[in-house]
Amino acid sequence: MQGESLTFVFLNAAIINNFVLAMFLGICPFLGVSGKLKTSSSMGAATTLVMFISSVSAYGLNVLLANFEIEFLRLISYIAVIASAVQLVEMSMKKFSPPLFRALGIFLPLITTNCAILGVALFQTAKEYDFYQAMVYSLGAGAGFTLALVLMAGLREKLELSTVPRIAQGAGMSLMLAGILSLAFMGFAGLGG
Amino acid sequence: MRPNVNQPITMDTFLRGIWRENPVFVALLGMCPVLAVTNTATNSLAMGVSTLFVLIGSNVLISMLRNYIPKQVRIATYIVIIATFVTMVDYILQAFSPTVYAALGAFIQLIVVNCIILGRAEAYASKHPVLSTAVNSAGMGIGFTIALLMLGSVRELLGMGSLFGVSLFGESFQPWLVMILPPGGFFVMGGWLLLFAWWRERKARKAIVEEPVHAG
Amino acid sequence: MNEQPIVFASQRTPSSFALIRVLGLVAMMSGLLLVLVYQWTLPVITEQRRQALEQAVFQVIPGATRLDAFVANDSGLHAAASGQSGRAVYAGYDAAGALVGIAAEGAAQGYADAVRLLYGYSPACQCITGIRIVYSRETPGFGDKLATDAPFLANFEALDARLNAEGSALANAIVTVRHGSKKQPWQIDAISGATVSSKAVGKAINESAQQVLPHLHRRLSEQEGKL
Repeated sequence: MQGESLTFVFLNAAIINNFVLAMFLGICPFLGVSGKLKTSSSMGAATTLVMFISSVSAYGLNVLLANFEIEFLRLISYIAVIASAVQLVEMSMKKFSPPLFRALGIFLPLITTNCAILGVALFQTAKEYDFYQAMVYSLGAGAGFTLALVLMAGLREKLELSTVPRIAQGAGMSLMLAGILSLAFMGFAGLGG
Repeated sequence: MRPNVNQPITMDTFLRGIWRENPVFVALLGMCPVLAVTNTATNSLAMGVSTLFVLIGSNVLISMLRNYIPKQVRIATYIVIIATFVTMVDYILQAFSPTVYAALGAFIQLIVVNCIILGRAEAYASKHPVLSTAVNSAGMGIGFTIALLMLGSVRELLGMGSLFGVSLFGESFQPWLVMILPPGGFFVMGGWLLLFAWWRERKARKAIVEEPVHAG
Repeated sequence: MNEQPIVFASQRTPSSFALIRVLGLVAMMSGLLLVLVYQWTLPVITEQRRQALEQAVFQVIPGATRLDAFVANDSGLHAAASGQSGRAVYAGYDAAGALVGIAAEGAAQGYADAVRLLYGYSPACQCITGIRIVYSRETPGFGDKLATDAPFLANFEALDARLNAEGSALANAIVTVRHGSKKQPWQIDAISGATVSSKAVGKAINESAQQVLPHLHRRLSEQEGKL
């Protein structure tokens, strides 16, 4: 859409409409992986990287599809692009940066089924962002995802030291915590206005 | 050819998706649509039915083709088939129910990455005959829809004082707005999980108490 | 567990040709299905979009019964068919074929996300004649009153949008003021409790009007009242 400054696009994706806490995208890794601070920041970094690559490819792909007027293939091609982007990142990381691969490698296959990635591609199309906006949007979304994951991991590490009623152990408690975090993030609304 | 597990179709094939293996409350799968679109009961129902359609359609097709799909490319094939059905739902909704389409937006297309569907394809449709797959997928889909409705109706009831858009409490009701906002999704889902955990715990305790009676 | 050795077909690795053949066949099948559904739903979707657009445009331009699509960008106002990109502008005509007003899109950042709207403008009275919120995710109970709050909508029944003497910009920028402090005809009285959302509406209209209206009036005077 016209008239949205890049700063605002970033803030919107990262904080105001945080992908995890306001849009509920990428809940599976949020609940599954966010046990430890270190793993969650690595997971966040890997996700951001894949988001950025898929967002750029999705932008190009969308232009191409619109050119040929075959938009009904959009979803299939986005999925294919994301899956191959993940594979590519994995292979090139393995070749060029083995330490980085050891740190992030195990998360990459998980990322393919992360709805936040497809979400970025679909939402940037729906919002009719131009190329730069789309790029910034994906970086913002990645930053927001990482932020939510790291915050949650911090809370969980503290939680391990406290006594929780038996029925509340596990997912129930995590969801309640996520709700409180989400409530806190609502306070950021109006930041761009 | 891959082995076909020719179990007879029983009530259990259908019912386990609804209760014992409920995709949402037991397996915690497909959380993104569960939390994102359940702010009203109507949206929940629309999302549930769309997912049900994709689940049955794609899994029946996968089950039909299960003997021809080589193992190496199975995931790619499943995803193409699932994406096809999701795009179909997307267009059909857009054409015949624009209001619902506007409310659900991109979340319809996000059904593709709902792990319930790929999970069913991998765990059930690729090993079972068509009829049994259809019954099992229908059970899972209905279980998913019921779970969405359980969240959606609680959130709409508390957050707007209405159900399926019909106002229930009259003018004096002060809506609990946070319930239809994002945090409400987490709270209501967490609440249901706590309730189920409490219920399971109570049943387990009862079983321990009752056991000696049966033994004696 | 079952003791029989299970023999998977795939233990003999199939040739890559076989893999490509299967993938190709599945892709063709899904392509076929999609084309069928697309062909079937396309006319319905196009018709629905047209109706929704007409309904929105006719709501903000009272008296209009027919519309024409234009786009506005910094170089001027162009027919939509010209292939130019820019802000969507619709001209509304009455039954006799006379131009009653135009409707233009505007967007600004609200409380939770962008607020997108369509506003109507009448060249005869040089005023805004109505608004319709196209997209908003504002807080339910507060910001979402934008589309329903009658006193707020009354702001837009004849909101002053005169151009300055040179015809290069609005004489007075349209601006939202705090609830209860509206003094001038170009001010919008905010909804109490939803000031940020109301401000977004003012900003969206102002930005769009500053761009579209000078071009509109230049074109109207060049072509003697026609678009």
